[in-house]
Amino acid sequence: MTRYVANRLLQALLVLLVMSVVVYALIGFMPGDPIDLMLNADPKLTPQDVARLKALYGLDLPLYERYLNWLGAALSGDLGYSRAFAKPVLEVLLPRLANTSLLMGLSFLFSLALAFPIGVVAATRPQGRLDAAVNLFCFAGISVPPFWLALLLIGFFSVDLGWLPPSGSENVGDGSLPDRALHLVLPVLALTLLSVAGFTRYLRAEMLEVLSQDYVRTARAKGVPERSVLLKHALRNALIPVATVIGLDFGALFSGALITETMFAYPGMGKLTYDSIMGNDFNLAMVALLFATFMTLAANLLADLAVGWLDPRISLA
Amino acid sequence: MSAKEERGGRGRRHGPWRLMAERLSADRLALASLVLLLLLAALVLAAPLVAALLGHEVDEVDLVSRLEAPSWSHPLGTDELGRDELLRLLWGGRVSLLVGLVAALASAVIGSGVGLLAGYWGGLLDAFLMRVTDGVIALPLLPLLIVLAAVDPAKLGLPAWIVEAESLNLYRIIAIVALVGWTRTARLVRNTTLSVREREFVLAARAAGAGPLRIMLVHILPNAVSPIIVATTLSIGGIILFESVLSFLGLGIQPPAASWGNMLSGGLELFATSPALALYPGALIFLAVIAFNLIGDGLQAALDPRALGRTRGR
Amino acid sequence: MTEPLFAVDGLSKHFAARGGGSLPALVRVSFAILPGETLALVGESGCGKTTLARTAALLYRPDGGSVRLRGIELTALSQRALKPFRREIQLVFQDPFGSLNPRLTVGSIVAEPLVIHGIGKAAERLARAAALLESLGLDAADLERYPHEFSGGQRQRIAIARALVLEPKLLVADEPLSALDVSIQAQILELLRDLRRRLGLAMLFISHDLAAVDRIADRIAVMYLGRLVELAPRAALFARPSHPYTQALLAALPRLGRGKRKPGTAPKGEVANPLSPPSGCPFHPRCPKAQALCAKIEPLLEAKPEATPGRRVACHFPD
Repeated sequence: MTRYVANRLLQALLVLLVMSVVVYALIGFMPGDPIDLMLNADPKLTPQDVARLKALYGLDLPLYERYLNWLGAALSGDLGYSRAFAKPVLEVLLPRLANTSLLMGLSFLFSLALAFPIGVVAATRPQGRLDAAVNLFCFAGISVPPFWLALLLIGFFSVDLGWLPPSGSENVGDGSLPDRALHLVLPVLALTLLSVAGFTRYLRAEMLEVLSQDYVRTARAKGVPERSVLLKHALRNALIPVATVIGLDFGALFSGALITETMFAYPGMGKLTYDSIMGNDFNLAMVALLFATFMTLAANLLADLAVGWLDPRISLA
Repeated sequence: MSAKEERGGRGRRHGPWRLMAERLSADRLALASLVLLLLLAALVLAAPLVAALLGHEVDEVDLVSRLEAPSWSHPLGTDELGRDELLRLLWGGRVSLLVGLVAALASAVIGSGVGLLAGYWGGLLDAFLMRVTDGVIALPLLPLLIVLAAVDPAKLGLPAWIVEAESLNLYRIIAIVALVGWTRTARLVRNTTLSVREREFVLAARAAGAGPLRIMLVHILPNAVSPIIVATTLSIGGIILFESVLSFLGLGIQPPAASWGNMLSGGLELFATSPALALYPGALIFLAVIAFNLIGDGLQAALDPRALGRTRGR
Repeated sequence: MTEPLFAVDGLSKHFAARGGGSLPALVRVSFAILPGETLALVGESGCGKTTLARTAALLYRPDGGSVRLRGIELTALSQRALKPFRREIQLVFQDPFGSLNPRLTVGSIVAEPLVIHGIGKAAERLARAAALLESLGLDAADLERYPHEFSGGQRQRIAIARALVLEPKLLVADEPLSALDVSIQAQILELLRDLRRRLGLAMLFISHDLAAVDRIADRIAVMYLGRLVELAPRAALFARPSHPYTQALLAALPRLGRGKRKPGTAPKGEVANPLSPPSGCPFHPRCPKAQALCAKIEPLLEAKPEATPGRRVACHFPD
């Protein structure tokens, strides 16, 4: 078991390494050398100034040397400075991470809390009207463009009804809990709606599959109360593939969070990632992207471990 | 009783496709989606006709008639530059559908190739390809796509004729999306290859002297076609969404070229006054994507009635 | 004495088993087939018959021993070098439903070997396929149809047509009748006999059905746990089986052939686990005649001096 985990961690490290190389190269290919940007902003810079600045920042070195420098610094804990914020990257990242974790965590919980009862109930009455409605709802959920959904929510709740604030994580000057909670409502609602459809679908499909198995019929024939049949026998087995899928969908959850944060101007990791890439904030973009990759890999690993724990047939040795 | 008499009255051909078509037509949602998509496709293809009918060009700027309400001349009103909204939507539809279909096709080809090679040769090649596939699946897609889309092609050292091509943006989006969309098909095809490889008709072909290429293309691939079609159809919706997100973020199709995604971002600023401009493109994206998903799901159920509308993973 | 068409000598093949260890599927198998001769291979499930069939059809590479076609050694050849030899050895499988590609028309299936070897042009190939189908009792119009439109017996005919299209000298038939209805089995068996006579085909006929074997074989080889335990002309084998296992097989049949039979005792127990075969003679735990020697030394397949000519037995105490 430990061997399996060690193996996976090694693979994860490899993926991270490759990602870092690829992303570093790609960012290097993005338009707008930071020095060029400074040049645009300040036409009085002479070519000597430019050369001096480039040497100062190490931008005159070839790409692979710059990468190795970065890698060396990163491994020893120095993740660099964010140009846009003029602060160390970690200082910028961590509070945003907290915000996004809050957003994703709440959405995740609500999605699961909704998906389970809906999925299970729909599975018990297949081909019924409820099931058809749920099915359609699920398809709608995975088909809706996230920014359009956000727009609809803002339009309805903020503009028309005026109940909820349309953006940000708190009002300026007021960081109190109710205020922050109010600001969270719409983003969480949006992200939840996006995720619940997917989860419900998987759960319903799995429950349908499991409920048609012979051992469920046997349990029913034996007179086991329906509730027990559902919860103890069916659900536990349906959970297994769902756990996998949840882990795999983490990447989608993060992407959804990115869009949601951008739409609601919510200061989280997703928005940070987008802003840093578009704003050529190299150091920050690198770390943000690698962090997102790391979280996705961790989610996958956790999901596989959970599946291994839940399914006695699988031995992870 | 001779062999001829054995056959009895088996006149008509009962191909595997007919059976699938029968089951598909029983699924009302899928059928409705198919009709919807055909309608959309027809409209979008006939866009130049519609333009001629209305008497406008799609990029005809008319600052006098900004943000007008629907009228006979402009059935869906005009946008912030006085351009006809309906025409812009139709042209945007061309882009979205084109990207969706072409990228899905490209993904299918790449994925099938990878899956076939991995499944047939096995061993190290299989292990390597599957590690790569798993690696790509594990990546957070959107951030990566953003980076890819933000790359400046001039810096990549590509020849000038590519960099300056007008449709560069279009090709780029298709390439990017295809680059990350092949993994599901690859896994699927690999699994199918593994099982088909051991079947006796493949052994018979090998005994007759068939080489690996022939076996992969003539024997294995045709038997994997159905799941490939299903997976590809189901991927189109996601691709259209990706394209719209990228265009929305300003990284995909650039204005003034119309794309549902960038029309939506353009309509954002005017949301308070003219919400329709943002609502129309979003609604169309929604309809197209859900239609493709419902068709794909219907196809899957038609091919394998036990699947019960289950699709998972990426 | 004519030169054998096909000969294997000391053929061995093992497979890696799950969880470690190796499964010896073939252990030092040796036999030869003369042109036009039919050698039947009998034995229970799992004794290695299919592995032998596939190795003979050059689908598996043996781990040891030699495979010779017309005296030419094949085991060391590359896949490319093997290709022309494949025309002379063709294979018919047990399962008529699995051995035809459901996505191809019958015409494509039967003509494919010709395509692979670049023989003739499209029209010629189809004509040849049509002629073959007709000679096997099917219709030229069937070229356009798909396998699922045919019955089991008809599909087996199609499979046979495919095997014959290259005009091979040796046909390896791996349980060609087992998956068919009893009434059809007789038809296909007659078909094979007819083909053999008309085309001078040599055959390696694998079956667990001794009655069918009685109809078609010239010589019979008996297999147990990957080894040949007896090899004899058909009449002699049925009249006087030498090896205790052969005796047990024959005794298990309600009624058989001609000649006297020793009322043999049924073997004890079940077939041993091929992953860990018994020491010495693999049959000794079940053999009614087993003695101390049998557990220690494995007997070789050889002609005993006092036996009838052409017979070889792997037993320390054959009858």
